[in-house]
Amino acid sequence: MLKIIKLKRGLNIKLKGEPEKIFGAAEKPVKYALKPTDFIGLTPKLVVQEGDKVKIGSPLFLDKNKPEIKFVSPVSGTISAINRGEKRKLLSIVVAPDYADDYIKHDVDDLEKMTREQIINVILESGAFPFFIQRPYGIIANPNDVPKAVFVSCFDSSPLAVDYDFALQYDAEYLKKGIKVLSKLTNGNVNFGISKKMLGSTIFNTEFLNVQNITINVFDGKHPAGNVGVQISHVNPISKGDIVWTIKPQHVVMLGKLFEKGIYDANKVVVLAGSRVERPCYFRLHAGAAISVFSNQIKKESEKENRIISGSVLSGAQISDDDYIGFYDDQICVIPEGKYNELLGWARPLRMKKFSMSHSYFSWIMPNKKYNLDTNYNGSPRAFVMNGQYEKVLPMNIYPVYLLKAILANDIDKMEQLGIYEVIEEDLALCEFVCTSKIDVQEILRSGINSMIQEMS
Amino acid sequence: MILKKIVEKLKPTFSKGGKLGMFHSTFEAFESFLFVPETVAKPKGSHIHDSIDLKRTMSVVIMAVMPAMLFGMWNTGYQHFLSIGEEVSFIDTFFYGFFKVLPLIIVSYVVGLAIEFTSAQIRGHEVNEGYLVTGILIPLIMPVDVPLWILALAIIFAVIIGKEIFGGTGMNIWNPALLARAFVFFAYPSKISGDKIWVAGLENAQNVADGFSGATPLSFAASNEIDKLPDTMDMFLGIIPGSIGETSTIAILLGAALLIFTGIASWKIMASTVAGALCVGFLANALGGTPYLEIPAWQHLIMGGFAFGAVFMATDPVTSAQTETGKWIYGFFIGAIAVIIRLFNPGFPEGMMMAILLMNTFAPLIDHCIVQANIKKRMKRKSIL
Repeated sequence: MLKIIKLKRGLNIKLKGEPEKIFGAAEKPVKYALKPTDFIGLTPKLVVQEGDKVKIGSPLFLDKNKPEIKFVSPVSGTISAINRGEKRKLLSIVVAPDYADDYIKHDVDDLEKMTREQIINVILESGAFPFFIQRPYGIIANPNDVPKAVFVSCFDSSPLAVDYDFALQYDAEYLKKGIKVLSKLTNGNVNFGISKKMLGSTIFNTEFLNVQNITINVFDGKHPAGNVGVQISHVNPISKGDIVWTIKPQHVVMLGKLFEKGIYDANKVVVLAGSRVERPCYFRLHAGAAISVFSNQIKKESEKENRIISGSVLSGAQISDDDYIGFYDDQICVIPEGKYNELLGWARPLRMKKFSMSHSYFSWIMPNKKYNLDTNYNGSPRAFVMNGQYEKVLPMNIYPVYLLKAILANDIDKMEQLGIYEVIEEDLALCEFVCTSKIDVQEILRSGINSMIQEMS
Repeated sequence: MILKKIVEKLKPTFSKGGKLGMFHSTFEAFESFLFVPETVAKPKGSHIHDSIDLKRTMSVVIMAVMPAMLFGMWNTGYQHFLSIGEEVSFIDTFFYGFFKVLPLIIVSYVVGLAIEFTSAQIRGHEVNEGYLVTGILIPLIMPVDVPLWILALAIIFAVIIGKEIFGGTGMNIWNPALLARAFVFFAYPSKISGDKIWVAGLENAQNVADGFSGATPLSFAASNEIDKLPDTMDMFLGIIPGSIGETSTIAILLGAALLIFTGIASWKIMASTVAGALCVGFLANALGGTPYLEIPAWQHLIMGGFAFGAVFMATDPVTSAQTETGKWIYGFFIGAIAVIIRLFNPGFPEGMMMAILLMNTFAPLIDHCIVQANIKKRMKRKSIL
């Protein structure tokens, strides 16, 4: 019998526009892009020029500090644009596809016969290495490290998220292969976190149990129970000096395909969701697809602005309508912008259209109501006044406000002591959501992690 | 929407560089009071936000104080007419008290908000809503006859020395409302202690009714005149002399229910404060000796400012302990120390104010120990392979 880890703290925010469990037919994207800005802390080194022909899996840029880490094209075609921002910062490398599906082939042997080094080399060479995000810091892993464990969260508990059980239903074989690859990468455990709801009916369960070296942890709780950071902290918390690798389920499938077929296949499942989407559902696309393919799916009314988010509404990044799906994201959310003034909003007794965890409004009366939330702050920023709020939505043994204050004071020792190694932005995203003082928790946390990286390097 | 147009029209004048640019914080305060700002989430981070903000939070607290305040107004009138032996209608009783208390509230808000706006202006911050609550709490913990200039002076002290020099709401160490009371207590002791000051007009009254003393239950108790203590029910309902808002336990409990239900004040602090008081109370009962030591422990909960302090003062989110474990310790000591001062200190009949201010001082230390324990645990943790 599996042990169920029950998480009491957390919050499920129910939003309108949850994806229906069907695959929609999207038009073929005419552009794909790889965005160096998706990779935190990366200094990219461009290796292609405008007009170059690329295959699926051809490197577009490298990590300047670790050139063995390659970032490759998701499709075959021609480099049609290289976009730069301020100070010539590389923003995106755009590929116009030729739909030829011309792959770069990698030599893969039987996994059992390959050494860890050989496996890592294939992963590096194929461009799959950026799949691995390390904790602490939430940056691309270092290929020279041997992680003490690998963690995969098989469910996303954030609002409007992908249900991997549905999304990966046809990929069970690749998933299994991918898991075998993972088990070769660490001396410790490969940990899979599944939700209590997934017990029994899921593709994950039966597949996993056949593979050695795998631990399945069952989590029962509200968001952020599906965050890999939360799962790590309950299974094998990160102490100073520890390194853990994390990878998303879809990337495990891609890893499986790499070692099954020898190719970098960037095909993945993405959900288009949110209250401003005509018919929210799942799509099969290649990573980096231009989201303009969804333009006819997004509601347009002249008086209402939309916000398109690559990633979750709690911790994703705003993108424009001619932008591309983020490398790690499998969720595009479209919600209304909240640029309006609300007369005496805070004094309105009901405000039924708004959601609050606090009982000072009345959303507690209808726990199943779905909300059409917009991007308004619903208040103005203040100093920390209330206490105990963040703790209610953070199921980790961390004092978030003390950590944030240590970051604001730039006290490296205190940050370390208060557990900065254990969290990244998404873990504290709900704290930002519930904050009475409207403090930009995630921004502060990232600045703390950045100073930590600088200090330790 | 006319309102919106007016605001938009005035905005350039009050913006930085505008004619009245120096008042931009003040303008912003009024603007954001009228309209929830149109600020939207940053491109990275949480794109949605909970609808709660500090204005909402503070208005809930103010609503929670209302029963105690309204009862206080009525009781002010009731005690006054009782003292002169007159019987008047409910309406007259209430409005006598209303017009006695209203000036205190007005002075409190005018003086306090003036300082608050000025310091926000100096710092270039937005005006914080914290004083909206402090401003109503201060009059309620004063005797009704406190001279307005003393009240004003106390507020100036509490807001400037107690709060603004630390950086404003959120940064202060002591509860500003209690600091104002403490100021009066030490600077003008004759205005806030004794038997004559708790009932409106009693100090200079010519025609006091026979047998009316005006002393609070605590001062009877402190002088071991237990037989003179009012009826338990009267104390619970609050038909006793005392500071304006503190007398009615039942009205305060109504407020406590709202605060606990909305999650705005910590039930842990309230519960542990009560537990602390009962512990010391029971110990005193066991010890015995004087009649005061022998009054049932629970009576402490309905006398004096205990209930008001436990519900509205101890739970101040800024000055209380911040950690959940810390809250239990913090509250327990408040209750315990308050009753210890009541029972064993001949100088002060009431100990709640002192207890809370003292524990405000120690709250960061309590939190430090709790957080340090968390740190130690983290540092000692062996990594598991």
